[in-house]
Amino acid sequence: MKINLYLLSCLLLCSFTSAAQKYITKNGHIRFYSDSPLEKIEAHNRQVNSALDASNGNFVFKVLMKSFEFEKALMQEHFNENYVESDKYPDATFIGKVLNFKDINFGKDGLYNANIQGKLTMHGISKEISEKGTFEVKQRKLTGKSKFNVVLADFKISIPGTVVNNISKSIEITVDVTLEKANM
Amino acid sequence: MKIRVFFILTFTYVMISVTAMAQEDLLNLLNKDEKPAINYISATFKTTRVVIGHSSENPPKGNLLFLITHHFGAINTGYENLFGLKQATIRLGLEYGVTDWLGLGVGLNTLKNTWDGFLKVKVLRQSTGARRMPLTMTLFGSTAIYTTKWEDPTRENYFSSRISYASQVIIARKFGERFSFQIAPTYVHINLVPTAEDHNNIFSLGGGGRLKVSKRVSINAEYYYLFPGQINSTPAYSSFSTGVDIETGGHVFQVFLTNSMGENMESIITQTSGTWFNGNIFLGFNISRIFTVVKPKEFR
Repeated sequence: MKINLYLLSCLLLCSFTSAAQKYITKNGHIRFYSDSPLEKIEAHNRQVNSALDASNGNFVFKVLMKSFEFEKALMQEHFNENYVESDKYPDATFIGKVLNFKDINFGKDGLYNANIQGKLTMHGISKEISEKGTFEVKQRKLTGKSKFNVVLADFKISIPGTVVNNISKSIEITVDVTLEKANM
Repeated sequence: MKIRVFFILTFTYVMISVTAMAQEDLLNLLNKDEKPAINYISATFKTTRVVIGHSSENPPKGNLLFLITHHFGAINTGYENLFGLKQATIRLGLEYGVTDWLGLGVGLNTLKNTWDGFLKVKVLRQSTGARRMPLTMTLFGSTAIYTTKWEDPTRENYFSSRISYASQVIIARKFGERFSFQIAPTYVHINLVPTAEDHNNIFSLGGGGRLKVSKRVSINAEYYYLFPGQINSTPAYSSFSTGVDIETGGHVFQVFLTNSMGENMESIITQTSGTWFNGNIFLGFNISRIFTVVKPKEFR
């Protein structure tokens, strides 16, 4: 009897988790910016996939590398061919959590600080990251923003000597995603 | 007691797997109605030339390519001629990517003051993902007009006699990251040939490839086989060229050896007048620089 009750509660818990309120977007924005003495390189991706589970703070991203658009077509080609090797590693993912999700009232408009932690995978290499950002709840939509740096060497993306002054070793990533309630 | 420990353990296990599952769920939610994208294979060749002949590539959309092609004189001309260093045959060219599939180009060749203009249309693009296409196919059409004085001003000369045409079907494939290969059946029409023994319609079969030895350096080679018996009054041979592509930022530098003096397709196919075996080899290089003319929306 005890066991049955226990199983039941487990099952209930499972179903509760999966039916919980989820937020999603398919057209989030990530900007990538490299500032070096010789050249400033900027790229935008407006097809960023992201989802957040308000019940447990789980937060994921999936980004197609080939969707990054550069000012110069050749930069884009080099980015895909020589640096991130998009044919081999087509996407980057982030699987993590909003640690302080309980501080965010998803039902009430307002601006909230967020601490985000999780695993960023890019160029086939995963790294634990911990960053700060904000969430703005407005008319049932959730806008997440964050700005942080990634070090290319951490993801085994090497810069050849000839362009070492053209590309920054640390890339500034700006995330701006507006998630809407998912239709389950 | 034992049972309680078992409960606690299973409960923890279930909780962990629930969390992991929830994250997986979330990722699946993203993947759920994601339309598989067409993944076009890029950079089959580094530039619009394999070595001296055209590759399947066009400049990217909205980009202008300035291409300087330089062939020195033949190596077998000896020390007196510094093994060809005293001569130069040059082509200055501009190429523009109108769309992802259409490229246009013009060039001025010092060989017989020839102007050439061409059109390159990508009809098939190698891709994976939502659309699987094993090959890239590019159609190439060009017109060349030489503008030096008439060789024989006493006879009646027509402007049309200055013109020749080249057409190619370039079929290319990138086999993985390092190796690309193309074949290019080529047809050249010459409006006025020197004698009645010479054909106006010339057929050739080209093949070319590149092997990347590092991310920025590749070794390239190409061969245009000239079917025999077509050009009879002047020496004409198949063209073979081999060289190295070196990529540095916005430039691609190609250094090569070839037995063709000419630099436009019409000339490469029909006016290669010596062979590698008799030392009729030209050292040459291509330098290309690319300029963004139309920026992507985001940057306007």
